[in-house]
Amino acid sequence: MRAALTLSGLTKSFGPAEIIRGVDLEIRGGERHAVIGPNGAGKSTLFNLISGAFAPTSGEVRLRDKTISGLPAYEINRLGLSRSFQVTNIFHNMSVYENLRCAVLWSLGYRYTFWRWASRLADVTRRSEEMLTLLHLGHARETPAGLLSYADQRALEIGITIAGGAEVVLLDEPTAGMSHAETDRAVDLIRRVTEGRTLLIVEHDMGVVFGLADRISVLVYGEIIASGTPEEIRGNPKVREAYLGEEAL
Amino acid sequence: MSAPTFLRLLAPWLAAIVLLALLPSIFPSRTALSVMNAIGIQLVFALSYNMLLGQGGMLSFGHAVYFGLGGYGAMHVMGMIEAGAVDFPVFGLPLVGFAVGLIAGAVIGWPSCRRAGVPFAMISLGIGELVAAAGFMFVSVFGGEEGISGDRMVGPEVLGLSLGPIGEVYWFIAFWAFVASLAMWAFTRTPLGRLSNAVRDNPQRAEFIGFNPQRVRYLVFIISGGFAGLAGGMSAVNYEILTPETFSALVSGAVLIMAFIGGIGTFYGPILGAALIVVMQSLLSDYTEAWQFYIGILFMVIVMFAPGGLSGLVERVRLAVRRRELASLAPIWGMGTAAALAMALGMVILVELVFRWRERSEPMELLGFPISHQSVLGWALAGLLLAFGTLGLREAPRRLGRFLRGEVP
Repeated sequence: MRAALTLSGLTKSFGPAEIIRGVDLEIRGGERHAVIGPNGAGKSTLFNLISGAFAPTSGEVRLRDKTISGLPAYEINRLGLSRSFQVTNIFHNMSVYENLRCAVLWSLGYRYTFWRWASRLADVTRRSEEMLTLLHLGHARETPAGLLSYADQRALEIGITIAGGAEVVLLDEPTAGMSHAETDRAVDLIRRVTEGRTLLIVEHDMGVVFGLADRISVLVYGEIIASGTPEEIRGNPKVREAYLGEEAL
Repeated sequence: MSAPTFLRLLAPWLAAIVLLALLPSIFPSRTALSVMNAIGIQLVFALSYNMLLGQGGMLSFGHAVYFGLGGYGAMHVMGMIEAGAVDFPVFGLPLVGFAVGLIAGAVIGWPSCRRAGVPFAMISLGIGELVAAAGFMFVSVFGGEEGISGDRMVGPEVLGLSLGPIGEVYWFIAFWAFVASLAMWAFTRTPLGRLSNAVRDNPQRAEFIGFNPQRVRYLVFIISGGFAGLAGGMSAVNYEILTPETFSALVSGAVLIMAFIGGIGTFYGPILGAALIVVMQSLLSDYTEAWQFYIGILFMVIVMFAPGGLSGLVERVRLAVRRRELASLAPIWGMGTAAALAMALGMVILVELVFRWRERSEPMELLGFPISHQSVLGWALAGLLLAFGTLGLREAPRRLGRFLRGEVP
């Protein structure tokens, strides 16, 4: 299968500190790929490089055949790569529905439109309603996003990420801070909303990772030390070593 | 959209038309008309300001620039009409102000909208000072300290209005205040209007849904400049004079105060603020020399204790009505209001007495009763009112807290 996302020779330094030290990784189209690794390994930095929050120090990120490293985040998003955040990053004073509607606008071709009413755009309304149903947030439609429960905010976070129909979706610790029941619901949601898309996910909960991912890459000190199917990763001695003292795989 | 929803949306606007049509019959005096005309101008200005602050999250200290430039543009065209150089109705001059404001916003916004937050506020202050200085330097354009004046009774008439008597100017102001407000309200419902809320709440996330927050800010800034210019054009026609003072930080500060006191969290808040401040300015100044002091106090009290402004309070009451809590909350709110009024009255007496003690000697009058600063009575009354107010303002929030925690049935 063709690569949806290719990282080659990617590095990132902040001053003298080299956080990402040469990452080569290929994410196949349609696969669910998890990045795991101990705290401080550079997982979030890696996401920031791919999504355009930071420009890499050297190396390249390609979305399908197009080089996206160095582009501003909004252009990367328009090319079909969308991300969520580890710390909930929503539009707090706006209603749940408005959050989703804003996330839908660009992909349906309504750019900086100020000559039409948003509520009169039938395709936008349809897509926003679909998202509301998909996320099971219909009950909170008019609630300001900042007043939602934590689990609902995390669901909205994922909703905003995928509402624009991106082909490649990056989720940064989507179940962080959730109870078991909430995690199960979140995983179910992730499974449903990433159907037919390419998913790259950073996650600490190994149950989630091994249940969800087709392939797993292990990032330690800014380098990928192993990449493979869940079985291969489980059996990899280098991974076991890196995780010694942390949770058992 | 179904018909009833659409009607519900438009109902306030229909009510506004009725109100605008009735106002001159209810308040027919010249003073009242001139106050209402001033309100019409300031409410457009304040709404345009709130496009930036309330909806776009941009704190500007230089909004007078667009008001002033729009006004000067309209004034110069008025001069051209008088000279017979152009055939344009004076009635349409706010459109000239709008165009000038748009252009000014496009030019000045280009560098200043690259940054948000504190840098944006600083840049707006700097540009305000810059334009104010230029206003006094370029006498041929802005008329120096004298300003430039015009004659609104020139050119073709529209709707049979000569715009001579103030009563006719009222219809001109009412028309443009209504049209501009309706247009700004409609803007809030467009994709760009909603996106400006998104950029206000979380510019970073806006980038990750495909929008360039700088671009959103810039477009909103231009449109806001246009409506400020439109208000300036209304002002040029209404007062027939414009001085470089119009660009001053005082004017920029006043529009901030109006918008904030009225409430920046709702669309209509700035309208309330503009009305209140203009009325305070024109009526209060007849009674006391400390009127600016009172506006300052009011502003501080709102910032500290009611950051939602007047419209925030209105919305709170509406929420209580919807939740059927009004009956339980009314006594607590009544207590708070009484305490706040006692506090305000005590403070007014105190301020006026201090003012007379240092600056004047004739006694102040309160509701017809003379109070002298030399007798202890006035000071005692002020102290008593302040003490009652303080007690009430300590107790009311406690009761409110108990109610909201559900400790009181």
